[in-house]
Amino acid sequence: MSASPPDVTSAAPQLRHKAGSDIPFFVVLGGIGGSYIVLIVLMLAADLAFTSPVHIEQALQKPEIQYAVRLTLITCTLSALLSIFVATPLGYLLSRFAFRGRWLIDTAIDIPIVLPPLVIGLSLLILFHLPLGGTNLEELVERYLGVRITYAEPAVVLAQFSVACAFAVQTMRVTFDQIDTRAEQVALTLGCRRSQVFFHVVLPQAWRGMVAALTIAWARSLGEFGPILVFAGATRMRTEVLSTTVFLELSVGQLEAAVAVSLVMVVAAMAVLGVVRLLGTRVMA
Amino acid sequence: MIEIENVTVRSGAFVLTNVSAVVPEGDYAVLMGGTGQGKSTILEAVCGLRPIESGRIRLDGTDVTQWKPANRNIGYVPQDLALFPTMTVREHLEFALRLRRASRALLRQRVDELADVLGIGLLLDRRMRGLSGGEAQRVALGRALSFRPRLLLLDEPLNALDESTRDRLCELLRTIQKHNGLTTVHVTHSRSEAKLLADRLFVIAEGHVRERALADLNALCDAPETADLGSSPY
Repeated sequence: MSASPPDVTSAAPQLRHKAGSDIPFFVVLGGIGGSYIVLIVLMLAADLAFTSPVHIEQALQKPEIQYAVRLTLITCTLSALLSIFVATPLGYLLSRFAFRGRWLIDTAIDIPIVLPPLVIGLSLLILFHLPLGGTNLEELVERYLGVRITYAEPAVVLAQFSVACAFAVQTMRVTFDQIDTRAEQVALTLGCRRSQVFFHVVLPQAWRGMVAALTIAWARSLGEFGPILVFAGATRMRTEVLSTTVFLELSVGQLEAAVAVSLVMVVAAMAVLGVVRLLGTRVMA
Repeated sequence: MIEIENVTVRSGAFVLTNVSAVVPEGDYAVLMGGTGQGKSTILEAVCGLRPIESGRIRLDGTDVTQWKPANRNIGYVPQDLALFPTMTVREHLEFALRLRRASRALLRQRVDELADVLGIGLLLDRRMRGLSGGEAQRVALGRALSFRPRLLLLDEPLNALDESTRDRLCELLRTIQKHNGLTTVHVTHSRSEAKLLADRLFVIAEGHVRERALADLNALCDAPETADLGSSPY
């Protein structure tokens, strides 16, 4: 370097400076952010104030609600498992491979996330009943698999899965994005097929992400209401899940029962979110 | 023996054109060049991890240009080591052998052998977290050697190490290579490593690779990047 360094000892006067307090910054940020937290807490507090342990006990003793609790636990678990089973391979493919028309798949996966859930339910209903050469999908499934879908329990799982899986795919994709591909490449040089790389090197690193995706899918399924109402109906002791219970109780003026069931769902959702927080969405490095 | 014939390989916007080089059977070749010259790109092309646009790569006379990385039988130690975070040291050494369905007796024999040579016997049940730079380096080397490859590719393997560890590992590399007669390509930008190890010297600059006499080593100016020491990946 031939240019001489700039003169830093010039005659310019030294300006006095003292950084002010950081407290206003945190007060403003905390104030804005805190208002939302306060809203959530107040909503829950109002629920709690409205109901009493007696109401919750009464609600939980109704056989219809007991059935709804059971059906909710079973369907949420099934749809979460189904979501993770589909989201793991799909998330991996989307994370690792570039191919023609990928943007189409990316967009398709976002559809269940941006669409109103009610529309998903309506679309499922139409899909299963669209005339198909004198028959329809519903009849075909019933004939060959022996199960009814629409307005039956499988419709609950399918409606939950249709939305929950999209969230699971996103989680799994981020999970795989965070896993360094170099170890996979080295595994290829060591003699692995792609499948062996996936099962021996990638999946063991992805389990935290899989747990997170499973939990998110479960929580989404728990909150699903619109598609279930449209596609599975709200038949008591048949396709009624907790979110439908809240709606049914509310529609017959049983506000106490609706709130009691809501609180049961809050507890379930918080338990599930707690697991996510505990494990973190961070992939094991 | 490894023959690289007129290979053109692209890495993003960067292109290496008409790279040719021959490393005879059992030789220790050192490939030098500054950062960003494409040293790693060449190694990846030889491994089969990066598709080449034209040219051929032959190993022991066989054209492997279209072969999958898995079938090339090359031991590869990348710059970042890329160890498997969920596996123990022992599992690293066994990994390639298990893929080849080695018997339990063979696994034990090979792991003991490698652990002994590399001095990692006490680490066998440890995971990658908490290994020192030198230890991680030796695990990566052991993993690459475990299946008796016909070629060993080392990408700046001694970069992140302190001087005494570096000297010890240089000696180890030399011993292993002599003992097994393993054709080796070692990428570095350190002249001292090249002096200690090289049978042959290749220099990469401005998209071309040229073989230089070992005597030229002192005349090559150290690239300024020589000073940039990577941090330990673990």
